[in-house]
Amino acid sequence: MIQAVMVMSTQGKPRLLKFYSYQPPEKHQDLVRGVFQLLSARPDNVSNFVKVDAIFGPGTKLVYKHLATLYFVFVFDSSENELAVLDLVQVFVETLDRCFKNVCELDIVFNFNKLHTILDEMILGGQVIETSSEQIMRSVEEIARLEKQSNTTSLIPKSISERFSR
Amino acid sequence: MTETSVHWRVTSKKNNGATMEQLRTIGRELAMGSQGGWGQSKEFLDLVKSIGEARSKAEEDRIITRELEHLKRRLADPDVPRRRMKELLLRLVYAEMLGHDASFGHIHAVKMTHDESLPLKRTGYLAVALFLDERHDLVILVVNTIQKDLRSDNYLVVCAALTAACRLIGEEAIPAVLPQVVELLAHPKEAVRKKAVMALHRFYQRSPSSVSHLVSNFRKRLCDNDPGVMGATLCPLYDLILEDPNAYKDLVVSFVNILKQVAERRLPTSYDYHQMPAPFIQIKLLKILAVLGSGDKQASGHMYTVLGDIFRKGDTASNIGNAILYECICCISSIFPNPKMLDAAAETTSKFLKSDSHNLKYMGIDALGRLIKINPDIAEEHQLAVIDCLEDPDDTLKRKTFELLYKMTKSTNVEVIVDRMIEYMINITDHHYKTEIASRCVELAEQFAPSNQWFIQTMNKVFEHAGDLVNIRVAHNLMRLIAEGFGEEDEGADSQLRSSAVDSYLRIVGEPKLPSSFLQIICWVLGEYGTADGKYSASYIIGKLYDVAEAHPTDDTVRAYAISAILKIFAFEIALGRKIDMLPECQSLVDELSASHSTDLQQRAYELQALLGLDKQAVESVMPSDASCEDIEIDRNLSFLNGYVQQAFEKGAAPYIPESERSGVVSVGNYRAQDHQETSAHALRFEAYELPKPSLPLAASQASISMPTTDLVPVPEPSYYKEDHPMSRSQTSSDSLSGEFGLKLRLDGVQKKWGRPAYSSSSTPSSSTSNQQATNGGASSEVGGSISSQARESSYGSKKQQSTEVSAEKQRLAASLFGKADRKAQAAARKTSKESPSTEKVSAAKATPQPAKEQVTPSAPPPDLLDLGEPVSSNPPLADPFTQLEGLLGPSSASPVVSETPASSSSKTPDLMSIFSDDVQTGATSNSTEPSLGVNVVAAKKGPSLQDALQKDAAARQVGVTPTGNNPILFKDLLG
Repeated sequence: MIQAVMVMSTQGKPRLLKFYSYQPPEKHQDLVRGVFQLLSARPDNVSNFVKVDAIFGPGTKLVYKHLATLYFVFVFDSSENELAVLDLVQVFVETLDRCFKNVCELDIVFNFNKLHTILDEMILGGQVIETSSEQIMRSVEEIARLEKQSNTTSLIPKSISERFSR
Repeated sequence: MTETSVHWRVTSKKNNGATMEQLRTIGRELAMGSQGGWGQSKEFLDLVKSIGEARSKAEEDRIITRELEHLKRRLADPDVPRRRMKELLLRLVYAEMLGHDASFGHIHAVKMTHDESLPLKRTGYLAVALFLDERHDLVILVVNTIQKDLRSDNYLVVCAALTAACRLIGEEAIPAVLPQVVELLAHPKEAVRKKAVMALHRFYQRSPSSVSHLVSNFRKRLCDNDPGVMGATLCPLYDLILEDPNAYKDLVVSFVNILKQVAERRLPTSYDYHQMPAPFIQIKLLKILAVLGSGDKQASGHMYTVLGDIFRKGDTASNIGNAILYECICCISSIFPNPKMLDAAAETTSKFLKSDSHNLKYMGIDALGRLIKINPDIAEEHQLAVIDCLEDPDDTLKRKTFELLYKMTKSTNVEVIVDRMIEYMINITDHHYKTEIASRCVELAEQFAPSNQWFIQTMNKVFEHAGDLVNIRVAHNLMRLIAEGFGEEDEGADSQLRSSAVDSYLRIVGEPKLPSSFLQIICWVLGEYGTADGKYSASYIIGKLYDVAEAHPTDDTVRAYAISAILKIFAFEIALGRKIDMLPECQSLVDELSASHSTDLQQRAYELQALLGLDKQAVESVMPSDASCEDIEIDRNLSFLNGYVQQAFEKGAAPYIPESERSGVVSVGNYRAQDHQETSAHALRFEAYELPKPSLPLAASQASISMPTTDLVPVPEPSYYKEDHPMSRSQTSSDSLSGEFGLKLRLDGVQKKWGRPAYSSSSTPSSSTSNQQATNGGASSEVGGSISSQARESSYGSKKQQSTEVSAEKQRLAASLFGKADRKAQAAARKTSKESPSTEKVSAAKATPQPAKEQVTPSAPPPDLLDLGEPVSSNPPLADPFTQLEGLLGPSSASPVVSETPASSSSKTPDLMSIFSDDVQTGATSNSTEPSLGVNVVAAKKGPSLQDALQKDAAARQVGVTPTGNNPILFKDLLG
């Protein structure tokens, strides 16, 4: 099971946090800090896997990818295969790249809700449900299209619309 | 327009001409579609920018606090347009991601899930899923919405609701949404079916009992028309099978068939990933098969063919190909072993280990760890690769290798491995891992120690560097070991061991910053055995102990150990009739401790003073020398007090009434007692609580030996359990005490992991092998080892260079770790000697000094590193069943097996088979005509732009996702 997905900048700023197993909100920043310290201490050209049982509990591992100014981190337990998760990170990044054309950190900062949408298409309840970035893109595009269609009413202030709905 | 769109223009400028405009629209659509544009995001942009420019955490906090204030005001304002609401909520999510409390906005998120408009609803669900969890109070307000949305006609609403349900529906809420979710399992959209399966899985994880009657649905979904849904179903099935493999044995054939079809590329090409057919489905299937085939010869028999196929087709060039191969190895090492499969697995493992990629090496080490469980010989071939990994700068790899070594430790290589571990342990700062590796060192040392000397030295090192991290139990074990010695018959060796321990501790004790538990051991050993061999004078040892107590004024436990040790030294000296004077500084220490806040220290100090006033006889019985291992008899009836009690009765004391009988029952016979009872009934009761149990017998026993200590009120301290109560050794007084505190060095009944019987058998072969290495190993076999391994390595060609570079040191390490090289070398030497008779003589001559020792080693072959039964001999018998299976499942009879399955696995399989064959046909003709995938048509419509996008994509991937030349400047501005 995948426990968490994190995207953070190389300065340790969280860009996306998604936890699939319960972590108390006040602990989130500690987790980010712990993971960041771990990753920033690792030299280049070493493996992409790290055991993180000190941070996330026994048996947990993480796979990370360092791309440009970002770390993409997937935390998971023993029921996943490290190399496969590494490819899952690749799928995620590829999808982002497709979605944003040459994805950069800014895209991720401003569109983090879009990232969540993409992740929700890939992983549900900690299990991988889709691994084809084409398929994911298709779903995301369709969501965007349908959202646009139903977007027309949204300019009305909420006080009025609430009155309508009553 | 904002800077973001500038950025978009910048990136799209790279693509020239007519496509530019098109791309820009798509880009905007893709990037902003769900937001409906970023026209309103100036504030958000400014926020991000100012956070990026913040120089300190405090400044950042100020900015976000201000932002939160602003959001609070705006969210409460009823005249904000709803589209703005969405952005405000997203900003709230952003603030919370940065670690600030945004709980005031949670209710707004919940409200937004009620919204009619899809984007707002989705944003609401997103925020709710991020803000809340199943335990949150507000979830109850969302359950109703989820319930309603699951029935929606719009499948996107349903999907959003399912996603939220996965996160938010707790055990109590499951029944509320369960019927809808089950209905959705038959939804026409495969995306919905997939998510419904996952939601059901999630419910199962939360509360297995509430969905247990629906488990059969998972089996049904395995035959779903859509391979994606089938793949998703594997997740819950894997969990179910892990719990109870036997209930799913009937599915083995189906799983094997699916795997076979996937591996043969019978799925639509849209499931390919990096030219591999549906790799994630393959991996999940392999995981499932590994569980189902574990220890099941029949089930495993079905799997060999397909596993062999996957190995044959294995693609070691791509990452995902290796992932599948690794999963195959895991599967093979888990199912009933098959020599042919194991060979294939070993071959792939060696490819991993020889790879330059750290990731693959890591997987290789892991795979090796699995394979050696079945066939320990495999490790030997890779010894140099393993040692390379051990010396790799990559910590992950190093730790993985230590894990492997830990698995293959035995008495012959324990010294090398534990030394390595300790060496690594000393150099790391990560407390968590330090603790782990320290406890592993202890465990290995306890299990396999070749000699007591080595054990004590190793433990000293562990305690010196990680003393505070290991369990206190380990310290007690070590003390016990030193006290017990290694067998009653060899008293000389024991005392030698003790005096060497004393020597080493006296050397170490002066060093600063020793961990507390190590100091406790040192004090205890010095007190018990410091003067035993007469090498050191009592005053010298006392001086050292005094130094320890002085140097650790805040550590009461260490001080208690030190003062007790001093007491023992005094007692032994007095018992020997020697007169020794209290050093003035020691006296001041005792005085200081008598006034200590810790009653435990106080008591010890007073005991010491009391002991000094006793005569030789009394001291001998109170503190017998070297009696820490004596069994202490516990007289629970306190019969030795009978005389005292009798005396008290005669003086007219009231008889003791057991606590249970005290209330209500009034003994009329004794007026005084009645009187006493009455007063206690009428007056204020000060004893509201039960008396602390130990105090009564304690007081009594102390009283009985009429020592000066009697006027002390000994208060049992909770810290006693850690310490060795010095008085507990006196036969008279200790009986009651030991009941409470005797657990310290009560040695009987403790599982004897250590000691002669455990290792005596192994110590002989180990010493003989080390002798071998010492005598002829250095001269002949070492050289032979390097030659033979070089010869072996050079056959691989690629490894040749490396093997020539292999240093002698590594060779030696390999030999000591994997022992076997020696034997092989000898065998090789003998082989060559057959060709040249002259060398034969030499080797024979070398062999002659050996036999005596080789006879000592029992029939068991010494070089086997891993105690896993008879690894070599177990292979031949296995070969037979395999050839039988080969006959059954060989390529000639493969088709009957396939056609046979529909009959055997009920009506589901034919359905499944037909589906896949359908897929193949349509997939072969054209992908876009696929009827079930309406989305495909959309993609086809977008043809040209998609192609463009793909091209750009490919170009982008070459560069990675590194921001293009123009972007970094923007970055610097915004994010510092």
